[in-house]
Amino acid sequence: MRFLIALIFGIATGGAAAIGLLYYNPITSQSALSPLSVSDQRQFSLNYSAVADHAIVYTNDGESRMHPHPAKVLQLWEAPIRQTETLVTMLRDARNQPVGIGIKFSSRSERTRVLNGEALVDSVWYVYLPDQGTMMIAQSENYWNFLRDIVVPAHWGSGNGWKGSWHGTITNGPGALGTASVFGGSGEFLGLESEATETLTAKAYSVELGPVAMDGQLTIELPRRNDELDISTANSVSP
Amino acid sequence: MIKTFIAGIILGVAGVLAALHFVPVVDQHREVSVISVTPNGGNSESFQVNIPMDRIMVGDRDSEKPLPPGLAWPESPIFDGSRTELFKVRNSRNAVVGVASRLAANNEQLGSVIEWVVHLPARGSMYISLNPEIADDGHSGEMRAGTREFDSLIGTVSERWVSDTTGAADAPAGRIELVATFVSTEPVDVEESVE
Repeated sequence: MRFLIALIFGIATGGAAAIGLLYYNPITSQSALSPLSVSDQRQFSLNYSAVADHAIVYTNDGESRMHPHPAKVLQLWEAPIRQTETLVTMLRDARNQPVGIGIKFSSRSERTRVLNGEALVDSVWYVYLPDQGTMMIAQSENYWNFLRDIVVPAHWGSGNGWKGSWHGTITNGPGALGTASVFGGSGEFLGLESEATETLTAKAYSVELGPVAMDGQLTIELPRRNDELDISTANSVSP
Repeated sequence: MIKTFIAGIILGVAGVLAALHFVPVVDQHREVSVISVTPNGGNSESFQVNIPMDRIMVGDRDSEKPLPPGLAWPESPIFDGSRTELFKVRNSRNAVVGVASRLAANNEQLGSVIEWVVHLPARGSMYISLNPEIADDGHSGEMRAGTREFDSLIGTVSERWVSDTTGAADAPAGRIELVATFVSTEPVDVEESVE
């Protein structure tokens, strides 16, 4: 009997140690620095609130921590879309002026590997900027750092939440440098193929409600003006 | 007894690591894809949206009855002339397989634009751009970009409205039908296909 108890305690200790190793593993930390921050291309940013209640529409399976908004919105309860959430939000420029609408579809990814520090979400943004054009941004996001730095401490803490200052890049691919793929659809963006990143800045998280003070930012790279000039020059000198 | 305890620790560590490696954390539910081969090569797949039951949102400044109830659509005049909708998307067997957005906009800067983004969680997403001119009772266009399963595909997509003719009490008013015809951009491995 004593050996059985020792074995059970040993297994419990080993399991806890393994989880602790994974949780504190410094190798799985993502850099907060966006890969586009060292780019010399033209960029523009779109800001939004990542809080469900601030969205125009937010919906999910209706049983998750974040509640659908408005309350009577159709919920995504069917099995194939149960692990999907949809956000419709106002997009603002750097001066906080409304410039468009963003629609984000996010689904938990089957490529998630906790051992590798990957809590992946496959998502696409549809961006409509009435004065400029439309585009789709496709990306894989990694929420491992967000879970480790905010969600888990929120559950451990006595205040049923987390408060602080957290900033991180959640875009994880499919670009080689961990950037999202951008496909232009109309207007100025017609034919555009470029890269983007999405970052989150969190200040408060509630165990009951999810994020209560969190902003997101999409940074989209545009072709350099020089590149456009090069193309026109090349065309003009061709025989 | 200490040896048993140490053996337990090793077992515990190995067990957790093995479980995390072999047990999938996320397992998306899949409906069977209903795809048909087209005579000239490639394949075709049909999706539908039952109206009104699959409509999640209608974002339109001129709409008198907001959907969902309580929707606060932005008042900014920059959204004049545009209608943004969200839907659940079904396959041709009427099973919900994804969600989609549809934008119809007409303004000075962009002209007329009709675009869909169809997101199928287990498969990927399609970015569809349609010609605003009506042809063959609907709009036709192309898939501008795709992700995952649709990444290596190119093709055309048509959209049309099909009114309900059953007259059943619980029948939808009609459905939006999206028919996608794709070919792969990846070269076929002849040796592999012969085998």
